[in-house]
Amino acid sequence: MSEILRIENLHKSFDDLEVLKGIDLTVQSGETVVILGSSGSGKSTMLRCVNFMESPTNGKIYLNGDLIGTERNGKMTYKEAELCTLRSRIGMVFQHFNLFPHMTVLENVLEGQVIVLGRAKMEARDKAMAQLERVGLAEKAFEYPSRLSGGQKQRVAIARALAMDPEVMLFDEVTSALDPELVGEVLKTMRQLAEEGMTMLCVTHELGFAYHVANRVLFLNEGIILEQGEPQSILKNPDTNRMREFLDGHSLFKLPD
Amino acid sequence: MGHTWDFATILQNWPVLWVGIKGTVFIFVITVVLGLGGGLVVGVARYAKSPFLSWPARAFVEVFRNTPVLVQIIWFFYAFPILTGIETDPFLAAVLGISLNTMAFSAEIYRAGIQSIDRGQWEAGKAIGMTYNQTLRRIILPVAVKRVLPALTNRGIEVFKMSTLASVVGYVETLNQAKLIADLNYNPIESYTAVALIFFVVLFPVVQGTYVLERMLRKGD
Ligand SMILES: Nc1ncnc2c1ncn2[C@@H]1O[C@H](COP(=O)(O)OP(=O)(O)OP(=O)(O)O)[C@@H](O)[C@H]1O
Ligand SMILES: [Mg+2]
Repeated sequence: MSEILRIENLHKSFDDLEVLKGIDLTVQSGETVVILGSSGSGKSTMLRCVNFMESPTNGKIYLNGDLIGTERNGKMTYKEAELCTLRSRIGMVFQHFNLFPHMTVLENVLEGQVIVLGRAKMEARDKAMAQLERVGLAEKAFEYPSRLSGGQKQRVAIARALAMDPEVMLFDEVTSALDPELVGEVLKTMRQLAEEGMTMLCVTHELGFAYHVANRVLFLNEGIILEQGEPQSILKNPDTNRMREFLDGHSLFKLPD
Repeated sequence: MGHTWDFATILQNWPVLWVGIKGTVFIFVITVVLGLGGGLVVGVARYAKSPFLSWPARAFVEVFRNTPVLVQIIWFFYAFPILTGIETDPFLAAVLGISLNTMAFSAEIYRAGIQSIDRGQWEAGKAIGMTYNQTLRRIILPVAVKRVLPALTNRGIEVFKMSTLASVVGYVETLNQAKLIADLNYNPIESYTAVALIFFVVLFPVVQGTYVLERMLRKGD
């Protein structure tokens, strides 16, 4: 296994509010990392700093060994073009899908490939169909998003991200907006991706997913990684009271013995 | 109140009126394209994060939204040439007045459309590596413009009616020609009624069309 993503001393403030207070994390290629933490602990902010949806206040991010940005007098500076390229190398899936409503499913999956990567139409089309196949929605290629269920929308959003051949995938509570009976199909798709060797950072409250799929679980608390470890041990025997309280709050979750 | 209607003189003068109708259509096409097209540019600038774009756009909108079109046309005809040394003619003055006013109003329509788009759409475009301009052009504007299409059509209808204001500086259009006919034949009642009828006959079906459009768009959402 080789390192694919490294986060060093990541800080992020919104005005006076310091949300991330020094995050260090190295992710190996093919790893699935689940990030847990209570509301407001900075999980989304952390993910969004990785692909520069937010710019970090401080710290460094390396993707596949490349330092993102240029260091000048101890401060990182970023060019917008560089960040666009970086974002095209990292897939992101949102809680509310954010599919493009005026485009068919297929066009949604084509858009980034053609506009951002400049792929030829035919190649992009083959790629798009392959990704839709992968998430089990090839037969919906010519539907508009409004005609899909939430679970299907989310799988299209995953296909849209996958079509860019991302080096890392970020998932931010992607099942939180779904009806309970639709959560399973999305988690299954994610599990399949993890098993195929995709590198994934997932913010989720699905502890079952964390337990069965993650290679590593992080517990984020007040802007720092309070604990991390293998899911089997950390979810059963957390070191800190804070994490134990957090896990107790998820009373529906029964750990398999 | 015993007016006897007599449209015969109007029909006799139809060629005169027809010249006016052509003038109306001509200035309408020019001003509606400039107004709604330019409005898109100003609306996007108005929405921009950079104050170097949004402030001039805002100033433009406020100036032209808060002054009467009629005054603008007159101003461009009489004041502008003296102030700038640039000659204007009735056509140019009217085009400037009507287009700039329409740009200001439609800019606000476009801006409202852009603002109504969920932030998630910007995020989704950004997340696959699109630039601001790419996201705006490919993701935001198609949906935003579709959403404000009824408001834009209403603007278009206003522009069509505003074209009569061009007569004040002597541009040859329907109202101006009707006035000519009225003065020569002493039949202002028939002449101006004819103008009203002509506008009604053109606009009534168009307005009905916009109702259908609105209903279709609502269903599409
Ligand atoms: N754009 C922003 N501007 C100002 N404050 C922000 C912004 N985004 C997040 N915050 C604040 O940062 C803190 C952390 O937010 P974040 O969304 O990262 O939390 P989270 O762990 O993802 O929570 P949740 O489980 O509710 O999604 C919160 O207090 C939030 O209000
Ligand atoms: Mg969050």
